[in-house]
Amino acid sequence: MKREILDQLLAARANRQAVALITNLEKGDQRIVPRAMASEDALAGKLDEAFRFDQSGSHDGQFINIHNPPLRLVIIGAVHIAQSVIPIAQQLGYDVTVIDPRGAFATGARFPGIALHAEWPDEIIPRIGLDPRTALIALTHDPKIDDPALDAALKSEVFYIGALGSKKTQASRAQRLKDAGFTEQQVARIHGPIGLNIGAKGAPEIAVSIMGEVTRCLRLGA
Amino acid sequence: MAASDHTILEQASEWLKQGRKVALATVVETWGSAPQPIGSQLVIDGEGNFTGSVSGGCVEGAVVTEAVDIIASGKPKLLQFGVADETAWRVGLACGGRIGVYVEPIN
Repeated sequence: MKREILDQLLAARANRQAVALITNLEKGDQRIVPRAMASEDALAGKLDEAFRFDQSGSHDGQFINIHNPPLRLVIIGAVHIAQSVIPIAQQLGYDVTVIDPRGAFATGARFPGIALHAEWPDEIIPRIGLDPRTALIALTHDPKIDDPALDAALKSEVFYIGALGSKKTQASRAQRLKDAGFTEQQVARIHGPIGLNIGAKGAPEIAVSIMGEVTRCLRLGA
Repeated sequence: MAASDHTILEQASEWLKQGRKVALATVVETWGSAPQPIGSQLVIDGEGNFTGSVSGGCVEGAVVTEAVDIIASGKPKLLQFGVADETAWRVGLACGGRIGVYVEPIN
């Protein structure tokens, strides 16, 4: 591998750009193909699927190594459950961002070393962007904070949207979003009550159930 | 690609900046059960220091030994490990799978 190739792979990561590194396993020749250019490549047929399923593999002596952008988890609410979700998400390879306009919650002391934004979701989300390698979970229970984040998530291609709250809370949330112009089908993208039903009690178990569901959506698509 | 693999590339970059010679090992094929998915990586320096994983510990020792030679020769090589390998008793995969590991110098 040439040093320039390594630098390009690292730059693609920093810019959250999906690329494939294709290596001829016999000769050692390598080329980088950005996802946006995949359809023009000789291996176009294989590349599309490989990017979509994050699946590297060898084809006739050519190795396609998919370098998708790192997974990212956007948490709305610098709350107790977030503190349990974060270490699990980090183990699973997610870059974590926490958003909560309430300064008393969003403190570095409560969330050491985490990208923390004490701002309203509708102000900060456009700046950080939401893409298909991102999951968003809304944990505040407060419509003033959660709803603008869910609004932005529904307009994006995030692979997972979840919202904490009882069935009753979910129903009133769904109604508000429909009143705001979203269709039934769009609103159905929100997983709520959030998480797999594993009878979770307490924040750490709820965190397991949430990250279990996020993982299922990542790997199985639903 | 495994989540940690970008960290491997960053480690490679850091070692290069320190003036170390570096090789990258990547799982390019698996057959049967294999402990690490295709795309898993290991970075090795000329002294045999390494970080990452290609098999969960079964063949790393052999990959590192080969990598040190590959750094010296400057030529990439495709290594195969598994139960069919004559060295299976030494560096085989306990799970019975086979893996192909591509080892390349970065220069």
